[in-house]
Amino acid sequence: MGIVSPGFQGRPRSAEPALPAGQYLTQDFPVLSAGPTPRVSLDTWEFVISTEGGVEYRWSWDELRGLPQDTPTVDIHCVTRWSKLGTSWQGVSLDTLLEGIGTAAHYAQAHSYGGYTTNLPLADLRGGRAWVAHTYDGAPLPAEHGGPARLLVPHLYFWKSAKWVRGIRLTTTDQPGFWETAGYHDYGDPWREQRYQGD
Amino acid sequence: MTDMSYLDGNMLDGPLRELFAVDLSTATGRCEHCGMIGPMAALQVYPHAPGLVGRCPNCAGVMLRLVRSPDRAWLDLRGVTYLQVPMPLDQPHPRPL
Ligand SMILES: [Zn+2]
Repeated sequence: MGIVSPGFQGRPRSAEPALPAGQYLTQDFPVLSAGPTPRVSLDTWEFVISTEGGVEYRWSWDELRGLPQDTPTVDIHCVTRWSKLGTSWQGVSLDTLLEGIGTAAHYAQAHSYGGYTTNLPLADLRGGRAWVAHTYDGAPLPAEHGGPARLLVPHLYFWKSAKWVRGIRLTTTDQPGFWETAGYHDYGDPWREQRYQGD
Repeated sequence: MTDMSYLDGNMLDGPLRELFAVDLSTATGRCEHCGMIGPMAALQVYPHAPGLVGRCPNCAGVMLRLVRSPDRAWLDLRGVTYLQVPMPLDQPHPRPL
């Protein structure tokens, strides 16, 4: 990667490109939606990580909230070309969720309430770069932005940050998801402008 | 809460005309998920997304995905088991031997 979000370095923003190529800055938070917004009750909400061997690890809403919480402030980049800088979230790091889970998988596929899926290398969920986020700007994440909880993987295009996330399947082979099987790039690094297949 | 974020399938007419000579908005499709047969113009199309997503009006299953880049288009119809397209009677057409 080699590119750290400006702001964390104490350097002026002008020292580094603030936006990846082809992006424009927005102050609002556009709502993108490929289907009806699922309404998930917190009583029945669950998050499940399943391993390639079929072992499942489950968290209820209260269990997730009981884990150590992070408060990342990150820049987000949507493949539809808007970027939003310095967004504030609260959630649980995937490092925390994956801790103690035995796996030899190299890939992960996130799946959501409502049926959405997206894939990424398991390594991209580790290293303090990915969260299950439930709070945005100090308030519970609204359903139209993916609440009760969404995946937050800001170093990749935002379609990888699955809204309404329900779980992650750890797999030995790459399993392209909803947009990755319909022309979008398998990895989606905004700093390399990996929008479409072959980019 | 009513979900008003989709348009009706008639809006696919222009985007699909780019790809096909036939007018798919007059076609009938069968949903792979629930088996319902109906006009493609009745799909519920979500345009505020990285691509156009057309869903079955009966079961909300995804029937169509259309992604457009500056120089390419991808059409994913795996959610449609068939398309029935009206054809003019006076046109030569292949028949079983
Ligand atoms: Zn259906």
